[in-house]
Amino acid sequence: MKRNAWWIVCTCLTVYVLFALSPSVYAMHIMEGFLPWHWALVWWLLFLPFFFVGLRTMTRIVKQQPEMKMLLALATAFTFVLSALKIPSVTGSSSHPTGTGLGALLFGPFVMTVIGTAVLMFQALLLAHGGLTTLGANAFSMAVIGPFVAYVSFVACQKLRISMRLSVFVAAMFANLATYVMTSIQLALAFPDATGGVWGAFLKFASIFAFTQIPLAITEGLLTVVVWNFLHTYTKQELNILQQKGASAK
Amino acid sequence: MNNRLLLFLAALLIVLPLVVVKHTEFAGADALAEEMIQQLAPNYEPWFDVFFEPPGGEVETLLFSLQAAIGAGVIGYIIGLYRGRKRNG
Repeated sequence: MKRNAWWIVCTCLTVYVLFALSPSVYAMHIMEGFLPWHWALVWWLLFLPFFFVGLRTMTRIVKQQPEMKMLLALATAFTFVLSALKIPSVTGSSSHPTGTGLGALLFGPFVMTVIGTAVLMFQALLLAHGGLTTLGANAFSMAVIGPFVAYVSFVACQKLRISMRLSVFVAAMFANLATYVMTSIQLALAFPDATGGVWGAFLKFASIFAFTQIPLAITEGLLTVVVWNFLHTYTKQELNILQQKGASAK
Repeated sequence: MNNRLLLFLAALLIVLPLVVVKHTEFAGADALAEEMIQQLAPNYEPWFDVFFEPPGGEVETLLFSLQAAIGAGVIGYIIGLYRGRKRNG
């Protein structure tokens, strides 16, 4: 455990030094009306199947294991808090964590699609942050790609016999980063660069997104481990049930 | 690695930019994202407008803090509940 702790600290500091001098820009959800309608439609169509599968999984969990409701609420609340926090980053602009890693690890990525979408709806309707036409695209990046990357990287870390906490940290961090990489892809596809094409535009968006996002991704990873530690101490029985379910599903 | 150290690191990561990076307002993405799009596609017109927009920064702050407060409240409640459950056996 000691060695892992050092590993995390060193990564944090290295990244900090590396990116403390990068150019300043932004990173957030795609604003209302800022995707051409056909792209908005494409992302809606890609997103919906995940949403419906997630809805079914979630209903099943609530019906078969009502004692899990509390953990579902916790995962939802975690995403609510984290995505409300605009956090200053080394690039001189602010962005926010997504909080989707935790729920994806507890209940699988599909359930997190539903939870993430609920949060995005709240922000789109009440805060004019993101939008309804771009909800498909934003949900696909934050509530589909993010949770799936979290899940896959967690499984990969476990296969490599990396410790549980470090796996959780890596999963949450990658979920956050992947969300914004996906957003860059979506923007690049819709607004290709005049000279560089889609790839050129992607590099433009991705570089600015990524640099702002890396420290936030680390923060998100750390906070997710904090909650995970807590769950590990106090909700052993629930975690065991979830783990068995997950194993039988494979 | 205990939680206190993790929280301290998280706090450090948030506070450090405020100390290290000068001459910036840490602006949120929204306006800047629009700028970038307009730079790449100067003729693009947003074709849909938001139904409801908070009528100013203060109301927006209120709604954002409400979102965080609701979430934090729920987390606190659940954590307390689980702790109590464990303590009572």
